[in-house]
Amino acid sequence: MLRADNVSFAHRGHAPRVLDAVSVEAARGDLVGVIGPNGSGKTTLLRLLAGTLAPLTGSVSLEGRPLSDWSRRETARRIAYVPQETHSSFDFSVLDLVVMGRFPHLGTFALEGPEDLAIARRALDATGTLAFESRSFNTLSGGEKQRVVIASALAQSADLLLLDEPTASLDVGHQLDVTALLARLNREQGVTMVLSTHDLNFAASLCRRLVLLRGGRMLGSGQTDEVLTAGAVRALYDVEADVGRHERAGHLTVTPIARV
Amino acid sequence: MRVASIRARLAITVAAFGGLLVAALLVAPLLGSTSISLARVFDGRVAFADNVDAQIFFVARLPRVLAAALVGGALASAGVVFQALFRNPLASPDTLGVSSGAAFGAVAAITFHLDFTFGGLSSIPLASLAGGLGALGIVYALATARRRGLSTTVLLLAGVTMTAFFSALIMFMQYLADFTDTYRMVRWLMGMLDVGGYAPIVAALPLLAAAYGIFSTLPRALDLLSLGADAASARGVDVLGAERRALVGASLATGAAVSIAGPVGFVGIIVPHLVRLLVGADHRLVLPASVLFGASFLVVCDLVARTMFSPLEVPVGVVTAIIGGPFFLWLLIRRG
Repeated sequence: MLRADNVSFAHRGHAPRVLDAVSVEAARGDLVGVIGPNGSGKTTLLRLLAGTLAPLTGSVSLEGRPLSDWSRRETARRIAYVPQETHSSFDFSVLDLVVMGRFPHLGTFALEGPEDLAIARRALDATGTLAFESRSFNTLSGGEKQRVVIASALAQSADLLLLDEPTASLDVGHQLDVTALLARLNREQGVTMVLSTHDLNFAASLCRRLVLLRGGRMLGSGQTDEVLTAGAVRALYDVEADVGRHERAGHLTVTPIARV
Repeated sequence: MRVASIRARLAITVAAFGGLLVAALLVAPLLGSTSISLARVFDGRVAFADNVDAQIFFVARLPRVLAAALVGGALASAGVVFQALFRNPLASPDTLGVSSGAAFGAVAAITFHLDFTFGGLSSIPLASLAGGLGALGIVYALATARRRGLSTTVLLLAGVTMTAFFSALIMFMQYLADFTDTYRMVRWLMGMLDVGGYAPIVAALPLLAAAYGIFSTLPRALDLLSLGADAASARGVDVLGAERRALVGASLATGAAVSIAGPVGFVGIIVPHLVRLLVGADHRLVLPASVLFGASFLVVCDLVARTMFSPLEVPVGVVTAIIGGPFFLWLLIRRG
């Protein structure tokens, strides 16, 4: 349903491409992980998929129609995007922030009604953050903020969710919370997801398919169980690692051994 | 906890701040060197020509009070928009170099004895409008030159640099000018609401109407822009379009204010912060509340300016600066 065809991107006036001829597709209900080292172009790829950035060459299309033909509001009704970190320059409450997700569904002069508030509260409930709806967003911890921003994305009622490093700033407990939340949203509400991460164990525990990115180029893609190998870890990170199935966790785990 | 709906909050906010403004507009013209009574002003039994109180109210004082209200509302709302646009609570017409650019335009018009009118505005307000827009254009171009999107750091540093640069040019022109011109410059630079009639107010109305028309489309986009351009865009905001509209609207509002009163400092910083303390961060409340509260605030400041040292009248810019300077420093400390 969302696909990038041969997309490339370079910042204005900079010769090296951040992304070079990358193709990704997310079918309905898919859960795709984009993995790669820092600076491999993961964030840029997600921004291209979200349509907040336009590709230099190639194209991104939603339901077979190029994103450049969709208005920003139309796009936001279908695709929600959770950046790695969200900071507000003003003191919004948690509920205020989640209600802002209703923006693409309201006209320029329309004020949100009881229905929009109900949707916002359901989103807060789904992410386990309803208890602090009247707290100030900027006073929350990293993990709480992340869940509130995911709630704000859910309030957009989009069927596609793009997440940039959703667990990067979280401790291991909150990582497991977010993992469970995303798995549940995908399973129960059929939300299609593309997420980026450099945490291979997180990717292995959640994603059905992986895209391997290094230096803006695609090294491969496919089913997680097939592409996440010791060879792939070495190619991506120059790291010698053990990759094996963990019986109790029920998924592949990666144990880094040494720098090559 | 139940949160009141946005409709209820908006109605309460507009009623409260609107009531404050009406009170300020009615009371301020009654006070001055001669005290007059509201009952006698609106006494229908006395003809206007014989009603001294009504003449003082409508001819001598109301134009000045209305000018204060329009300038205060315009500067405060421009401050709100600049702060949201640049994601920095310290942005304002003063910190972005818009005010000093406008001042430079006016001083240049005085120095070169430019004398023309256009659309009811005379050469000095027009030159200051051009100066303000020019300064903002330069600052904006610098801030967007390096990368896609806006660099707040470059923006604020460029604003500070432009202010220092224009101040130097203004001093240079003052140094070369004769005494009459220097006096006109100094008086204009202080910020005065002594408009002397309704004409300058009427001339500024189209600019203000355009600015407020643009502002009315912005509040929600400004809320989302405060989360960052990417987050706003992902929630459906046309970021570039919204930023341009905000910039044009805030420039028009600043220009209208400067054309009436010259540069009156700090209103665009003080008012939005006080309003946010009272109504929260939502721009659908902050923007209308700042227009109304900014208007009341400057009416009261001007009342202080013309009555505190009576019969001497202090320029209102001195009063706002005396309040605003320490306030700005307090904000810096509070933000840590």
